Amino acid sequence: MVHKGWHWLGAVAVFAAVCIAAVAAGAVPIPVSEVMRAVAGRGDASVVAIVRNLRLPRVVLSALIGAGLGMSGGALQGTLRNGLAEPYLLGVSGGAAVGAVIAFSIGIADAGWISLAAFAGAAAAVVLALLVARAAGRGGRGDPRTLLMAGVVIGAFANAVIMISLANASPNIIRGALWWMMGSAGDATWPAVAVLAVSVVAGGAALVYLARDIDVLALGEESAAALGVNVDRAARGIYLLSALLAASTVAAAGLVGFVGLIVPHIVRSAGVRQHRPLLVGTALVGATLVVAADLAARTIRPPAELPLGAVTAILGVPFFLAQLRKTA
Amino acid sequence: MTPAMPGARARSPVIQFDNVVVRYAGAAQPALDGVSFDVMAGGMTAVAGPNGSGKSTLVRALLRRQRLERGRIEVLGENLEHLSQRQVAQRVAIAPQREDAAFPMRVDEYVSLGRFPRLGLWASPSSADRAAVERALGRAGVSEFAHRRTDELSGGEWQRVRIARTLAQEGEALVLDEPTTFLDMPHEMSLFELLHSLARDGLAVLIVSHQLNLLARFADTIVLLNRGNVVAIGNPAEVMRAQLLESVYDWPLVVTHDPASGAPALLPLRRPASVS
Repeated sequence: MVHKGWHWLGAVAVFAAVCIAAVAAGAVPIPVSEVMRAVAGRGDASVVAIVRNLRLPRVVLSALIGAGLGMSGGALQGTLRNGLAEPYLLGVSGGAAVGAVIAFSIGIADAGWISLAAFAGAAAAVVLALLVARAAGRGGRGDPRTLLMAGVVIGAFANAVIMISLANASPNIIRGALWWMMGSAGDATWPAVAVLAVSVVAGGAALVYLARDIDVLALGEESAAALGVNVDRAARGIYLLSALLAASTVAAAGLVGFVGLIVPHIVRSAGVRQHRPLLVGTALVGATLVVAADLAARTIRPPAELPLGAVTAILGVPFFLAQLRKTA
Repeated sequence: MTPAMPGARARSPVIQFDNVVVRYAGAAQPALDGVSFDVMAGGMTAVAGPNGSGKSTLVRALLRRQRLERGRIEVLGENLEHLSQRQVAQRVAIAPQREDAAFPMRVDEYVSLGRFPRLGLWASPSSADRAAVERALGRAGVSEFAHRRTDELSGGEWQRVRIARTLAQEGEALVLDEPTTFLDMPHEMSLFELLHSLARDGLAVLIVSHQLNLLARFADTIVLLNRGNVVAIGNPAEVMRAQLLESVYDWPLVVTHDPASGAPALLPLRRPASVS
């Protein structure tokens, strides 16, 4: 039991260290000793401005994206009983991309409107996937595989729509859409952070509240029913919450792949199996991973920025494989 | 082995199936076509019958994964329809036939999930909950591997761990769908002995099984289903009749007697070589 406490403490310490490093590092390096003072608004005015207006919102936005994707993935893997489930599965990524690409191609450049379009596209795709799965499952059992199929098919359809919209688009629009799809926390502003914070805190809290249902749903629908869960209603609520949580992160920063897939495995391999601590752990580890990835994305080859979604995979895969080897 | 005796509690019905009709979408024939019987406290009631006779549908109806077209199911005198899923789970502990736990966990964590229907979504397990889990682990004989992982268990151990989870639920009734699948003979026997002693202690045990000879030795009542109908109901001697079983299973057989206990025992015969 003692070592578990150390795991949590270690995870919090790593998260804090990564956050401080992310605020300190950049084109204008700031000594770690000054970081906390600048956050509090003391010290050199230009340093305070860099920290409070540029780096801090970016770090907080990255942390929220990671936390949201981690929890979304953890909840979906448990409820769908599938370690390959991830937040973008239910058509979220495809739907969001369609929304954003349509916004780009009709000439919208304002980040707020593009976010809104992406969120609307993602929400529409998720609702469609749930409706298709429900119609297919009518009269029979609500098989999670039907939902997975619906999500995959809607994703494929969305890809087709994106390719058609981009086929004859101008290079500028293609570039903008492509960069958006690769994900970036670069345009972080405090209002955007606030919007995402509300949805991640509310959605995350709701999932943590439902975590015990997920424990039981992970046993399979019949066993969950035997233990007193209203299976169809509970599962539908969790799918919808997880997908909307993922959609809100996509609206804020585009597609950041892989986080929602591997983070739950990392937390589980640390011996956390019940979904309440598991979801809290995925929030913490997901936040750490994305803050670290964003730090790497903007410091590896300055002044160029690498796509955040690619960096999360490059950082995450070796770590994940190492964990896999340890547990196997 | 003492013969089945009524338990300490009065023999009252815990689960009642009353003219239950279930039809799967698109099926011409109902899967259950007016099934009625009671599951009494302090006894073991067994449901047997050929594949497709409606045995598992009965369990799914009790789980409310399958809607009733007609009839009703009562639990402790209350219509299932008027109880919440959680209230049913507090009264009746069911081990479905299939369970595909996605992620392995520790045996004691798994058995603790049996307390789920009695916990609020926030409340952490009380000392009473932990005591119930301990009792269930002990009763099912799995205490010694409480700290092993569920994916490291043998088939027999896993079935006993699943029984432990249902015992932790502390319902009035225990419902098991084919609990002896994958079990070898000693594990099968010890499982039936455990169920028998649980029934003697007052639980209502409902078991769905193909093992007619074991049912004949342990069950108080056998309900024989065929094509969704109850074709026989009664004590083993009343149900285990050669002519009846031959027609239900459509296979030649003889009924002899267990030399030790005198319980009826079924012996399937080889079909005479085809002459056509």
